Formats: sequence, C-alpha cells, structure tokens
Amino acid sequence: MIELSDVSKTFTLHNQGGAVIEVLTGVGLSVAPGECVALTGASGAGKSTLMRMIYGNYKARSGAIRIGDVDLARAEPRQIIRIRREVLGHVSQFLRVVPRVPTLDVVAEPLRAVGVGEQAARGRACDLLGRLNIPERLWTLSPTTFSGGEQQRVNIARGFAHPYPALLLDEPTASLDAANREVVLALIEEAKARGAAIIGIFHDDAARARLCDREIDVSRFTPARAA
Amino acid sequence: MTDDTYNFAYLDEQTKRMIRRAILKGLAIPGYQVPFASREMPMPYGWGTGGVQVSAAVMTPEDRFKVIDQGADDTTNAVSIRSFFQRTAGVATTTTTAEATVIQTRHRIPEAPLTEGQILVYQVPIPEPLRFLEPRESETRKMHSLEEYGLMHVKLYEDISRHGHIATSYAYPVKVEGRYVMDPSPIPKFDNPKLSDCPAIQLFGAGREQRIYALPPYTRVVSLDFEDHPFEPSKADHPCGLCGAEDSYLDEVIVDDAGGRIFVCSDTDHCEGRQAAGHRGKDAA
Amino acid sequence: MTPLLSVQGVTRHYGAQIGCADVSFDLWPGEVMGIVGESGSGKSTLLACMAGHLAPDSGAVVFDTRADGPKDTVTMSEPERRMLSRTDWAFVHQHARDGLRMGVSAGGNVGERLMAVGARHYGDIRGKAVDWLERVEIAATRIDDRPTTFSGGMQQRLQIARNLVTGPRLVFMDEPTGGLDVSVQARLLDLLRGLVRDMGLSAIIVTHDLAVVRLLADRLMVMKDGRVVEAGLTDQVLDDPQHAYTQLLVSSVLQV
Repeated sequence: MIELSDVSKTFTLHNQGGAVIEVLTGVGLSVAPGECVALTGASGAGKSTLMRMIYGNYKARSGAIRIGDVDLARAEPRQIIRIRREVLGHVSQFLRVVPRVPTLDVVAEPLRAVGVGEQAARGRACDLLGRLNIPERLWTLSPTTFSGGEQQRVNIARGFAHPYPALLLDEPTASLDAANREVVLALIEEAKARGAAIIGIFHDDAARARLCDREIDVSRFTPARAA
Repeated sequence: MTDDTYNFAYLDEQTKRMIRRAILKGLAIPGYQVPFASREMPMPYGWGTGGVQVSAAVMTPEDRFKVIDQGADDTTNAVSIRSFFQRTAGVATTTTTAEATVIQTRHRIPEAPLTEGQILVYQVPIPEPLRFLEPRESETRKMHSLEEYGLMHVKLYEDISRHGHIATSYAYPVKVEGRYVMDPSPIPKFDNPKLSDCPAIQLFGAGREQRIYALPPYTRVVSLDFEDHPFEPSKADHPCGLCGAEDSYLDEVIVDDAGGRIFVCSDTDHCEGRQAAGHRGKDAA
Repeated sequence: MTPLLSVQGVTRHYGAQIGCADVSFDLWPGEVMGIVGESGSGKSTLLACMAGHLAPDSGAVVFDTRADGPKDTVTMSEPERRMLSRTDWAFVHQHARDGLRMGVSAGGNVGERLMAVGARHYGDIRGKAVDWLERVEIAATRIDDRPTTFSGGMQQRLQIARNLVTGPRLVFMDEPTGGLDVSVQARLLDLLRGLVRDMGLSAIIVTHDLAVVRLLADRLMVMKDGRVVEAGLTDQVLDDPQHAYTQLLVSSVLQV
C-alpha cells in the first residue's frame, strides 16, 4: 500500500550561501494493508521529514514514493490532492484549521470532501467526538480556543473520520490522559483491523509495542555527515 | 414675414446635409444613437436645440409646422419655436395635429393618430437610457453594440423593490425591433404604445448630447417590463373636465387658492377639437 | 478529463517592461490555485490577461466552455468573452466598490447578472437574491439597502453573492481579503471555502497573503519579475520551498 524506494532528501538553503543539507538517502520501505510500522531513531534522524515526504508535504530529491497507484514524488498536485482526500490520512501533532469553523464541521470535513452527505458526516463526527470525550457543549465552537489535549483529540477525530486505506500518525497519543490514550489506541487498532496500512511515530513505547508489527530505524538512512 | 438675412430654416445647407445624413443613418438603424455635430442655436440647451436642428433639417417651404410643449400649443416654448421657424423659414404653422406635416414636440405624442407623411420630432434631454446606471459612455456604447441590456432591468427592479410597482412614469425605456434599447424622451409612459407601429416618421434630437435617433414608420417598439410586473400605460383616473374625454392623457390644474383642481387634456388641440364637436366635461364653462 | 482553464505561454509587456512572461499552467475542475508574489511581480497582470480584462501580447487562455468545449478566450469574439464573464466566470475585486454598483440596492446587485442572462420574472429574481444574501450571511431584511450602508466585510460578501448567483465555474479573485480586519477576513475565508467546496468551483486567487493561500488554495504559483519561479502543492511550496525567492518569501512572513 505504501512503498518507498531509493528516496533521498536534501535541503538547499539559497539564502544561507546555498548550503546543501543532506537529510536522508537510500530510503526503502514497504507497508502492506493491515500493517502498522513505527519509524524510530533519535531526534533529528529525519522521522518527521520522512513522514512529510510520504504525505507529499516535502519534495523528495530522488526515488519513488508510491501510495496505491500513484508516485507522490512525481505526481501532479491534483493527483496528490486526490490521494490525500481519498487514500492517505494524516494525523499531525498540531491542529491547523480555519478560524471560526465549529469543531463538528472540522471533524466532518474529510467526509464531506469525499462526497458524504452533511447528515451522515456530522453523525460520524458526533460519534468520534463522543468517543474521544470532547464535551458536547464544545462541538459548536471553533477548536482554536481549546486546550492542547482537546485540540489533539479533535485532530485525531478528524484524521479518523474517513476510513483511509493508508494512515500517517505523528505522535497520536502525545499529551493525552490514560483514558483518552486508550480510545486512540483502540481507534488505531480498528483501522488496522479494517486493513489500513499505517506508518507512525510513537514516543510512547508501550503504545508502539502494542500496535506496531515492525520498526524501522530512520537513522540508517541518515547520510554520514561531513564534520 | 420671412427674414431674408437668414438661410432657409436658419441652418446653413452644409449643416442641414450633415444632420440629414445622421437622420438617414438613424432611420436605417432604428433606435441607434447617431452622433452629430450639434450647432449652437439661438436658444439655451434644454429648450429644444436638438429638436429644432432636426426640424430645420427636414423642413421644406411647403411644410405646415406645429409645435407642442407637454401637449400644449400655447406655452412659451412652443410659441417661441413656432415663431422661430415662421421667421427663418416662412413656413405655414398650425395647431391642428391632422393638418401638420412636421410636428416638433416636447414630452408628448399627440392624441390624434398620426398618419403617413407626417414627421414627429422629439426634443430629447438625455438620449442614453443606460446613463443613470452606467456613467461611462465607452461602456454604454459597448453595451448597446453587444446588446447587454440586463442593466436596464436593474433599474426597473429597483423601482419595484422601492415602490412595489414600476414607478417610472415617463422616459420609460423601450426596445426597438428587438434590438436597441431606446429612451423615448420624457413622454409619459401612457404615450409609449403610440410609438409602436406608427405610420409617421419619428425623429429624436438631443442638442447638448449631440445625438440623433429615429423610428421609421411602422417600427415595432416594446416597453420593457417583468413577466410578473407587466408594462401598464397609466394616466390620471378621471375624464377630462373640459371635453369629457375618458381616454386622453390629463394634466392636473389647480384652479383656486382653496386647492380646487380639475383634470384637463394635456393635448390642447385634441381637447379643443372635441369641445368644438360638442363634447363637454363637468368643469366646462 | 479536460482542464477547465489552460494557460499557455501568456506574455504581456508594458513597453519595454515585462508584465508577465511565458506563463503556462492547467487548472482542473474543482481546483483552487493561489498566485503569490510581491507588488510588481506580474500576478495582477496575469490575472487581468486570464480574465479577459487585458489582451496578452502572445499566448492562449483556453477555457473549457459548456457549449463548444475548449476555446481560446484571447481570440474569441468580444461578445462571446463578455458572455463568459457574466455566466461561467466570476471576478471578485479587491475593492468591493469596483465590483458592486454602489447606487443600486443589494438585491439589484445580486439580480443584475440574472437579468443580464435574460431573467424577466421579478419574483424569481428576488427569491434568488434573498437566497444568496443568506448564503453569504447578509440578513434578507437588508435586500433593499444600498451597499454604501454596508460594512467592508458585508460589501465583500455581497460582491461574492453577486458573482456566484449565476453558478459560474471559474472565479478570479484579486486580493479578496485585502483591506479587511483580521476577524472579518477569517469569516470571509471560511465562507469562500464552503462555497468553493459546495459548488465545486474552480478559483484563481491572487494575493500577497500567504495565510490566505494556505487556507484556500490547493496549488500555489510563485511569481517574481513577471515569471513563475515555483509552482506546486500549496503546503509543499510553503513548507519546503525550492527556489531562493520562495524561501525568502516564506521566511519573511510571521508564522503562517
């Protein structure tokens, strides 16, 4: 479902003397439907960079990043948009939304984008917000004013609204209490069970052990840096 | 009576030829505003300089000339223009619609049906019907050339939204032969139906704005409207106080200091003709 | 699938000055594209060339018309182009005054495009105007008020209603949130996003505000000195800019 071959990434800092920073090289990995893979490695090893590349947010310098039948490293923007809308979900660490939009609509939006009717989409959003213990009185408010933990849960609800065949999770259980952590883990297990291919970054060791079938240490793709 | 120091009908022959060319072009493209080099006339703008130039250009020594101002032959404006042409062209004049061959009018169409061979010359203050909504001449010209007339209906829409009905009661816009939207000059909308299918030639002259436009005989002229707010020619709901006519356009006249008023035909020739034929209204002496 | 708009080598000079040079891209149905760049980068010239307000010196702007399929709007007749601009196209000006008739009521402003394409039933026109005023969150009771009595944000929303009432497929926007308060901007952006999604609109938004394109645009084109220096997925261009100028642009802005 997710397949990377010989992917590399460099940053060229044009405004700092054209410095070229090599971040990743020779990345190859493959995640099958129903499989959950953890990216590990020390801070700065490139876990987040790799995730961003798989989401099409960062541009790969070379190699192929296949999600389903599309190579994101070469795809047109509209193909990437379609993949993101229909195939590839992403739960980032931070919620980024249009101000003023009610929480319920923020969560329902991914479903509306794939053509689900307003009622059905809102119904699913209510279920998820309820499961994630967001008090109902907050649903009609914009999440921009919520606490960090609440925002994170809204973000997760949004990421799990549509049953994406592939999911990228960036520290999904960070800043959650035990009860909510359990809900999120259950959501991820359900996604696995329905056949989603999942790549995640988990600093939570217990969660990683419980969910992940394999671990990939990203530092092995980190080029040896010239001193 | 003719003053020989003037060329026939005041304007020089070259100017008349220029105006005639504009008139012919206007007749060839009914409703289209033809620019012309309007001359200074010995009267102020707003007093019919456009109409006078058109009348001068079409007048022949054999013509019988009539001038009406809001229907009346005897107002200052009508009298002045009539005497202007008596003096500069020496043409015969009349107040009887049926006898006239050239009729210059300000803001009315005579009640008596016009006939083939007659020419009705309108004085026009603002020839551009789109002017009040679109001030740019370059843009209104383009709108005419491309038949973009949605804006005209915006004006009528505004009328209905403000007054509950189309309150425009004069200078009511019309469409000519399904093509050009035209300002019929500030005639009451009561007169609009008379524009259409008229046997006479109708010429419109705007002196200050330097435009001439025309309706050849038997031209189809339709007043703009909405399906659910159809055009209605309206008049005061009274008979004429002097001649008793039920179907003519009326002026309201205050007759005393106590607010007493009567309604009388605005077309004085029509009213006098009816009275001469024995018709009497309730206010007739 | 056919692109809704295909811009091919559009170039426009002002004397010896370059307005925009050799710009090409395809816009697909339902896509929202942002064009960013500083003043004088050519983005407004390009927009004017695309929307038919300015004739390019060379190049083609091919629009997929409903009736005849793809047609070059640069070479089509003026009546045809003007017809497009009041049916399938919409243009939202930065200053509502440029896009509204200030002497005409809100209802008349919304109704004008309907009347321009032949609507002649007052009741229907008014009904549609009410519907659209509500969609852009203007109380129906304001229908007979003139835009001069509206706030800046309301004027801008009225301009949007007036443009969208005929169900266009492509909307050109020139700095649609320029000059508005931040809170008013947010409301407008939210409204535009909803309309774009619900009506399946395609849009081209010219702005210098990176936050606006982040929220509204799927794709982004960065212009400098009349040329496109970088183009791609909006978040990719903003988060991983490749060109020196884009890097400078992104790093010059407070967190977006």
